Amino acid sequence: MAEKLLEIENLTAGFLTQSGTVKATEKVSLSINKGQTVCLVGESGSGKSVTSLAIMRLIDYNSGAILEGSIKFQGDELAKRSQDDMIRVRGNKIAMIFQDPMSSLNPVYTIGDQIAESIMLHRKKSKKEARKIAVDMLRMVGIPAPEIRAKQYPHELSGGMCQRVVIAIALACDPDLLIADEPTTALDVTVQAQILDLLRGLQQELGMSILLITHDMGVAAEMADRIAVMYAGIIVEEGSARDVFARPSHPYTEGLLKSVPGLEGSRGEELYTIKGNIPGLSQLPEGCRFHPRCPHAKDICRQQAPPAFSVSEGHQASCWMYMDEGGAAAWKLESNPEVSR
Amino acid sequence: MKAEYVLELRGVKKYFPIRSGVLNRVVGQVKAVDDVTLSIRKGETFGLVGESGCGKSTLGRVVLNLQPATEGEVNFNGTDVQKLTGQELRRLRKQMQIIFQDPFGSLNPRFLVKDIIGEPLRLHERMTEKEIDKRVVELMELVGLDASRRNRYPNEFSGGQRQRIGIARAIALNPEFIVADEAVSALDVSVQSQVINLLMKLQRELGLTFLFIAHGLNVVRHISDRVGVMYLGKIVEVAPTEELFARPLHPYTAALLSAIPRPDPERKRERIVLQGDVPSPANPPSGCRFHPRCPAAQARCSAEEPLLRDLAGGRQVACHFPLDAELMG
Repeated sequence: MAEKLLEIENLTAGFLTQSGTVKATEKVSLSINKGQTVCLVGESGSGKSVTSLAIMRLIDYNSGAILEGSIKFQGDELAKRSQDDMIRVRGNKIAMIFQDPMSSLNPVYTIGDQIAESIMLHRKKSKKEARKIAVDMLRMVGIPAPEIRAKQYPHELSGGMCQRVVIAIALACDPDLLIADEPTTALDVTVQAQILDLLRGLQQELGMSILLITHDMGVAAEMADRIAVMYAGIIVEEGSARDVFARPSHPYTEGLLKSVPGLEGSRGEELYTIKGNIPGLSQLPEGCRFHPRCPHAKDICRQQAPPAFSVSEGHQASCWMYMDEGGAAAWKLESNPEVSR
Repeated sequence: MKAEYVLELRGVKKYFPIRSGVLNRVVGQVKAVDDVTLSIRKGETFGLVGESGCGKSTLGRVVLNLQPATEGEVNFNGTDVQKLTGQELRRLRKQMQIIFQDPFGSLNPRFLVKDIIGEPLRLHERMTEKEIDKRVVELMELVGLDASRRNRYPNEFSGGQRQRIGIARAIALNPEFIVADEAVSALDVSVQSQVINLLMKLQRELGLTFLFIAHGLNVVRHISDRVGVMYLGKIVEVAPTEELFARPLHPYTAALLSAIPRPDPERKRERIVLQGDVPSPANPPSGCRFHPRCPAAQARCSAEEPLLRDLAGGRQVACHFPLDAELMG
């Protein structure tokens, strides 16, 4: 049994608004082992970023709060820690990189200073030493001429370079867990390939765990050991990357995979679509949250939210379809003409 | 069988001057589009791909004469768009429309949806309010929107629905030719496929010709008949879709294709990872613009610029050492 690094249980996080509390995630449970890459996949508004902000306890600064549940990191409870305490964890043991590299860097400091900042804070180094480590970090993330680059400002670097700098900042204190929130979404495909390669290489070198948040199933397939699919604030399916892609078991996952046009096979035909739109968090449907868009919705789906059923070992799906089979994956898409169009 | 060309570009260039200093002198040129020659047949979807900054959006704007070309000809149905003025240009605008990328930025938040869709009708057609309203209802139903919601503002619609509003506005005047500039890039996957299906349905029903600009190669592959690949203001390869994806000739096309993450964890990774970034179009490399990043570059590539050559099967490539030498004949 591999060592558990992060264990989230029944995490409900939300925002306090004038018209009441809006729950952005509900009863999310997820665990990450040491050295593992877990991908959180979902569309906009599914609660993936809120989950990551909750782990970092940054949600408190976004007029949100953890309403329920626990976040255990290396055995310590993070959910109830004070913010003063969190400073020692954040950027040190858990680091985060964000989607837009340009806006996550401070435009008025040189990139060398920005990397050195967290080294001075967490590793108690002098300014001179920290600057030296910063240059080493830049070299590690593959930036040519790091001594010169360290003295430059973010606007002098391209988007891909900036994202490398952000990664260098995140890794400066040798974190155990790296949370990457859509790290390549703002980048072009060829640069995305470079950054994903870099992350994979660094992970092998440093042995950290990665929680990768993405909406791109292709990125998830390349990077993930395990995949959790989120929809409207809940995890609807979770399993190893191989299982989820080979046997997508929740109708939403299936729909997501089928609605992306491929690079091989037939083209020009009508694409599979998930009907309707993603519901807003303040008007979530009763019962299973996916039922208004689900081609298999039954009466029970409209009334009761499904628990997570085991599809195979280590592969779960929250869908009533698995109730009768006692967990066996008896439902096949091929046998259902309605879904396979 | 060759259908007639709706659009023909000949040697189109679009340079943006860089000004600096107190006298505001022109110190350089950003060569956003540099010598592009291209034809699009009637009823065809031509996909234009490339990374950000390669000039694909600028080309789309030049085609519609939203920005004048610095040099070259843009022929639409045989007439040079750039020589037209006043009335003639106005009449031409009815036939060419654009769908923008950002469904939030491209709709005026203070206009009702019926006014957004009805605006081209009001500007170009002599129609009474009643007729306009009837046409708006028709258009909304055609793009799959609930027409009873026409008296609402765009903020009450989701991203996918807004993109449908943008599409309804674009087809309001029954245009012949539409530039779709990253029309589905900002949408979530489950909504994106709905909009792709809609665009394909409209093309079938209305006989539209599309210039489909996108960076999502899988979407371009799905929707396009032919694909052109742009790099730093130049078209480096043009081919029928199937062939381009099966047998890319330009090393850049091959790298671009291999960089796309596929939703299949079992697949072996045989990726060509390009080194470095796209150079600045203000100061492009000598010779072949791709040579500093090209894995197959040789001495000739930095000295001599390869021209876009016509090959068998309607293919074109601009490379001294294309990947499949047999095809070159």
